[in-house]
Amino acid sequence: MSILTRWEPFYELRQEMGQRRRFQRAMDRLFGRWGIDLPQWSALAVSYPPVNVWENDDFVWAEAELPGLKLSDLEITVTADNQLTLKGTRQQAAPEKVEWHRQERSFGSFERTFQLPVSVDAGKVEARLENGILTIKMAKSPAAKPRRIHVKAE
Amino acid sequence: MPESNTLVKKESGEVTKPEATRGGIYYTPRVDIYESADEVVLQCDMPGVKPQDVELCFEKRELSLHGKVEPRQVPAEYLDEEYGVGDFHRSFAIAPEIDADKISAEYRDGVLEVHLPKQERVKPKRIAVHGG
Repeated sequence: MSILTRWEPFYELRQEMGQRRRFQRAMDRLFGRWGIDLPQWSALAVSYPPVNVWENDDFVWAEAELPGLKLSDLEITVTADNQLTLKGTRQQAAPEKVEWHRQERSFGSFERTFQLPVSVDAGKVEARLENGILTIKMAKSPAAKPRRIHVKAE
Repeated sequence: MPESNTLVKKESGEVTKPEATRGGIYYTPRVDIYESADEVVLQCDMPGVKPQDVELCFEKRELSLHGKVEPRQVPAEYLDEEYGVGDFHRSFAIAPEIDADKISAEYRDGVLEVHLPKQERVKPKRIAVHGG
């Protein structure tokens, strides 16, 4: 190492600031220029479509926001190893020669696979699409249901 | 976004915080807006809103969209929660070039489409050129 190295007292700090700026730019790309004042988007989801999953004793539900789609645009599969797959395409319904002022909605093909927390009966899956909300109701297989044990009081 | 000849000029009242006066949390719905020679079309995603619960108001050149969403999920705990369920609200300032009396809208499968026709005087016209 040469003795005559450049004296850069803030080298590390600058490195760190550079990293911060890169991070900030990445965040800007992700969230737009609003920063933390971002409006509460209906779905700032990482993946499309956004999905909520919950369960009770007998069923597992998955719900997705899919406005503008028909059930025939979707392919829903539940495999024997309890994976739920949602596949489909969202087509844009707009004429071609127009001037765009805002384009916030997403279009195109999507595919998402979820590993379900419990074993479900693939033959007992119901799907419903109403007002842009897809609801999938999956019956838990008998072995996965909690058993109620009757305790007799002596 | 081009600033010139923009018919939907600015957004006002973009909701960033819950509005206490009407109760509940609002979500800003995603919109697409495009303009053709005759009209401006606004498409808005409002999943979960029933057709009768879509409210569209035009007052003082402001178009406001409101979609009431009835609570439909009541799990004790989510296994996966990627979105919240609540009302949608957003409003837009509408330029005077729009013929307010002719605004129409339809709602289908969770998508609201609003047609904002331009006034006759601002529509482009083809002028016939006669040969000499």
